[in-house]
Amino acid sequence: MNVLLGVTVPDAITFGICAVVVLSGAIGVIVSRNAVHAALSLVLTLFGIAVLFIEQHAYFLAAVQVIVYAGAIVVLFLFVIMFLGVDREEDVRAEPLRGQRPLAVVLTAISLAGVLALSATANWVTGAHRVAGGVNAGGHTDTFNLGKSIFTTYLWAFEITAALLVIAVVGAVVLARRPARAEDEEPAADGRAAPLAPIEGSQGAGGPIEGGASAGGQGDGDEGDGAAGADAARRPAAGVPASAEVSR
Amino acid sequence: MSIGPAWYLGLAAVLFALGAVGVMVRRNVLVMFMCVELMLNAANLTFVTFSRVLGDIGGQSLVFFVLVVAAAEVVVGLGVVVAIFRRRAAATADDLHGMKG
Repeated sequence: MNVLLGVTVPDAITFGICAVVVLSGAIGVIVSRNAVHAALSLVLTLFGIAVLFIEQHAYFLAAVQVIVYAGAIVVLFLFVIMFLGVDREEDVRAEPLRGQRPLAVVLTAISLAGVLALSATANWVTGAHRVAGGVNAGGHTDTFNLGKSIFTTYLWAFEITAALLVIAVVGAVVLARRPARAEDEEPAADGRAAPLAPIEGSQGAGGPIEGGASAGGQGDGDEGDGAAGADAARRPAAGVPASAEVSR
Repeated sequence: MSIGPAWYLGLAAVLFALGAVGVMVRRNVLVMFMCVELMLNAANLTFVTFSRVLGDIGGQSLVFFVLVVAAAEVVVGLGVVVAIFRRRAAATADDLHGMKG
């Protein structure tokens, strides 16, 4: 009696709730003025997706989704938001390109309608039906078969993924590292000041640094000796959010 | 009998469209990254749905790889954002007009 239109009622209720949660979270990401609120709405969407994974018997992926996305990626987002100090309201109304937003919404709506109409009428899948074995092949769980396929059928891709992760970690460290000259010049102010000076000068000329406080701080760091130079070299890092607030 | 795949695919399509609208409409680089994550999740949902429909574990394996790539992309992207912010104090895409003629 709990079957409606060929679908069991608990499944239908689960899907309905999750669909509402996922879509409301996505809309929250788009419309929220505060970046922190957008990140929290993203968590809502990711949890909804995880429940939909469970609903489709992808238990391992649901756990990984919660651990990796909600546990690592969103925390990384929040960390950067707090680190940069951009967690204040953004003026969503401001529109630098006139007419870009309505155009974007209309074009995306047309594309979405096209995709939905196509998928309602066309044949979804072609080609081989099964490549990597069944989800519950051999009477095992999806976790067992997923691990087996990753370490046999997709082993080469898995190795490449390891290389990709190492490259990403090294790249992130190189990118996010404080520029070496700001750190190096303070202890070597007596001995190595001369060879370092052109580098500092070229950076000051090449990069137009907004905000008077940080530019002034770098200028002081050039001329000042040991202690004052160290103090001034550290100041731009702390001064960046303040100058950002002014420029917004 | 659980819900048919058409509902999941429709939901994934709408989620992808919302993510695309977000990337085009928002100006904050961090929020644009979040919208990219929305689109990746829509693709993941499609993969899992087809994995169930076809009874093939390959779709779930692909979702695993998408997760890894998404994590790497976010790490590098946020590193770029931090590096840009250190030089320009600019958190919106419109402030990055250094190559303007």
